Amino acid sequence: MIVFDTTLTIDGIKVNGKKGETILEVAKRYGINIPTLCFVENLPSYGACRLCVVEISKGKNPPILSASCTYDIQEGLVVNTKSERVVKARKILAELLVASAPNVKIAQDIAARCGVKEVRFKMEDNRCVLCGICVRMCHEQMGGEALGFVGRGIERKIQMPFNKRPKECLLCRGCEFVCPAMEIPCQGVKIPGELCGRCLRMDEMPYCCTLGSFGCSCDHNPLASSSK
Amino acid sequence: MKKIRTKKNLEEYRKRIKKENSKFKKIVTICGGTGCHAYNCEQVKQKLRKELVKNGLLKKVALKVSGCHGFCENGPIVTIRPENIFYQRVSEKDVPEIMEKSILKNKIVEHLLYEDPVSRQKVTYLEEIPFYKSQKRLLLGKNGLIEPDKIEDYIVQGGYGALVKVLKLPAQKIIEIIKASGLRGRGGGGFPTGRKWEFCRNTEGEIKYVICNCDEGDPGAYMDRSLLEGNPHSVIEGMIIGAFAIGSNQGYIYVRHEYPLACRNAQIAIRQARKLGLLGKNILGSGFNFDIQIAKGGGAFVCGESTALIASLEGRMGEPRDKQHLHTTESGLWGKPTNINNVETWANVPLIINNGPEWFYQIGNENSKGTKIFSLVGKVQNTGLVEVPMGTTLREIIFEIGGGILNGKKFKAVQTGGPSGGCVPADSLDLPVDYEQLNAAGSMMGSGGMIVMDEDTCMVDVAKYFLNFLKEESCGKCLPCREGIKRMLEIVTDISEGRGKEDTLDLLEELSAVVTDTSLCGLGKTAANPVLSTLRYFRDEYENHIKEKKCPAGVCVPLLRYEILADCCKGCGACIKICPYNAISGKPKEIHIINQDICAKCGSCKTICKFNAVQLQ
Ligand SMILES: Cc1cc2nc3c(=O)[nH]c(=O)nc-3n(C[C@H](O)[C@H](O)[C@H](O)COP(=O)(O)O)c2cc1C
Ligand code: SF4
Ligand code: SF4
Ligand code: SF4
Ligand code: SF4
Ligand code: SF4
Ligand code: FES
Ligand code: FES
Repeated sequence: MIVFDTTLTIDGIKVNGKKGETILEVAKRYGINIPTLCFVENLPSYGACRLCVVEISKGKNPPILSASCTYDIQEGLVVNTKSERVVKARKILAELLVASAPNVKIAQDIAARCGVKEVRFKMEDNRCVLCGICVRMCHEQMGGEALGFVGRGIERKIQMPFNKRPKECLLCRGCEFVCPAMEIPCQGVKIPGELCGRCLRMDEMPYCCTLGSFGCSCDHNPLASSSK
Repeated sequence: MKKIRTKKNLEEYRKRIKKENSKFKKIVTICGGTGCHAYNCEQVKQKLRKELVKNGLLKKVALKVSGCHGFCENGPIVTIRPENIFYQRVSEKDVPEIMEKSILKNKIVEHLLYEDPVSRQKVTYLEEIPFYKSQKRLLLGKNGLIEPDKIEDYIVQGGYGALVKVLKLPAQKIIEIIKASGLRGRGGGGFPTGRKWEFCRNTEGEIKYVICNCDEGDPGAYMDRSLLEGNPHSVIEGMIIGAFAIGSNQGYIYVRHEYPLACRNAQIAIRQARKLGLLGKNILGSGFNFDIQIAKGGGAFVCGESTALIASLEGRMGEPRDKQHLHTTESGLWGKPTNINNVETWANVPLIINNGPEWFYQIGNENSKGTKIFSLVGKVQNTGLVEVPMGTTLREIIFEIGGGILNGKKFKAVQTGGPSGGCVPADSLDLPVDYEQLNAAGSMMGSGGMIVMDEDTCMVDVAKYFLNFLKEESCGKCLPCREGIKRMLEIVTDISEGRGKEDTLDLLEELSAVVTDTSLCGLGKTAANPVLSTLRYFRDEYENHIKEKKCPAGVCVPLLRYEILADCCKGCGACIKICPYNAISGKPKEIHIINQDICAKCGSCKTICKFNAVQLQ
């Protein structure tokens, strides 16, 4: 049983949490939906995608936007997950995301859910959204330390040391399993009546949104049910 | 040399050095800073030594190699004390003349004197040069007097006196002194230093660290380098005092590896301080242990950010960590409470202890105390390091110290705060330079970069330049900064190349707000400043580019058109010959025409035409 020791307000509701929990964790527990991309339960938060931004007011200070997956709760915080500022920011973030990786399903999904109807930037075709989940999976869960980021800024990418599989890699394929960008969007029906079959893997992955990124609590979402 | 154990020891040592120094009749100092090195000060030094040997003066005239005087564009600089004669642009071949006139006799070598570009007057003494006259060089002043690799020089100037004072005080008292002085961080944020120390002191923990941040990634800025390079002991003394107050036994100086001389001088200084018992175990017999190590950084701009600096020190990739709720004073290096301050912040500490917090508090203005060093560059007559009291106006810095704009041009804007600072226009010239007022003007103090721009500068181009820098320096960890800066740059580039549309500026503003709001670290949070501040003050210039497809300053090449004025063209044919792209046609003695489809806008025809017939439209 969790012993609650901290009270804060999220979207006007008084909620309780335990010191050390993040705003995102508490919000999830109360069924408040905050979109995420680089957050996965049981891996340390990374704070890279910023999609989980919320508006936080602390005392008399002017409210700030901050990633909720890295922000530890504090007594008396007032959090707004749906303010105009948050919704606007999230929408632009989603637009930036989908413009850089339009052929990644999760980027499309996030853009659609955040209400992006038009992309005003030049389209690129990145296949990795640089969420760093694979790196954390490898380092924290598999003890592999076989993957990492290289390069700075727009040159940043995921790589194995010297681009070769090191002996530290256990071939566990954990990285692949957690990668939210692995899923490819449906290509549509080619010849009437023919299905490409790419989505057949959906049988094995019954959840409606990859990794429960949207924090819904439907029955199919293993993460949502495990956090109950 | 025996270790110094008491105040008395130190006094005796100081007296002994003074006595030794008194046998010198004159002191010749050659600047050995990085700037002057580029102008071959090394050869001048060798020659000076040779001449001294030749004249048998080695015992009577001291030859010193000092740190940066802050006036590097006029290097190499040679000063002669006690007169304080200031020679600039000294080359090897000038040395015999200096020897003959100024060392053997008391005469002046006219042609080596500095000529004030404003009044066209020659100036003999350092303190009379307008560039120096209006400054208050509390931190930099000693640079010209000290040989950075001689601890004796620092001690004879009163060095380590503050440390002696402090070691007798209770830690809380020292923190109270720093708090009362009003000292704020010089690394950019302006956080009150005393409060930071107090946080760190009050955090539970056996092991605590202090760090000196000498990453200094801003292009064109070199005040931290000059301090650490020219007067390393002032930084070290500040760090020892801070460590004592905080309760730390280990310190690090994080220097970018592009600063080899700063690394070397700091390293030597640490070794000398250890030898004298000023660092290491049982400092000055007080029982307090503290040592400093140098850590070389890869030289990325983002490594100056405190969490990225810590990651880099720990041997990880230098990228920031989200720390909205957790300060480095609580969990820093290896998870221990850590106090990071900028080089200049540390160097202020001994001054405050020596002169008292009240003295420091009365320098500066309401909220910003003490002096600040700026690196003044760009289109001003005098460029260099400028130290002035906080609250000095931009006008004083640019026009009195800087001597005004080059070539009689008009002042347009000044960019302060480094790459993610902002541009302040001409009608804000009377703005006092302090943390709050610069912020309110849409810029920031940053670490003290100051780039002056004249009327020939295009502000869209300026925004483009800084976005480009930031794009290269963003670590790429978080989406808004990595993608957002790239997109802002795309948009601004579109504008500068004539592809801007009606709604482009709205998108740019919308994007800027989100990048500012949602980025993880300070780099992203301030990355939109160059855009926002130029939009705020020079919106018409953006609109010119978008609506009329014109660059008023004539900088954005794709928007330029070279045309030949029919009235002026004499048909001399000079332009045809010079045009590298064969874009000009015309018969001799007839009017020539430029084919705009071919013209690559190199400008050669405009330069060559004697009749001013080629005009930029
Ligand atoms: C992108 C970025 C770059 C920075 N670079 C530097 C730097 O080069 N030197 C520095 O002292 N502080 C730099 N800072 C500020 C540091 O994070 C930190 O606030 C400072 O070193 C604290 O020292 P102070 O309180 O003495 O200013 C930088 C901050 C950011 C966000
Ligand atoms: S397959 Fe290799 S690289 Fe991937 S998580 Fe496992 S150990 Fe790491
Ligand atoms: S490979 Fe996949 S998990 Fe790894 S950073 Fe890219 S998108 Fe994220
Ligand atoms: S704001 Fe920029 S520099 Fe800072 S963490 Fe994000 S990507 Fe890296
Ligand atoms: S150089 Fe000048 S005057 Fe001569 S042909 Fe060209 S435009 Fe005409
Ligand atoms: S600007 Fe250069 S390319 Fe264009 S017409 Fe003149 S000389 Fe030729
Ligand atoms: S930053 Fe919180 S989920 Fe990515
Ligand atoms: S290095 Fe000589 S004046 Fe700066």
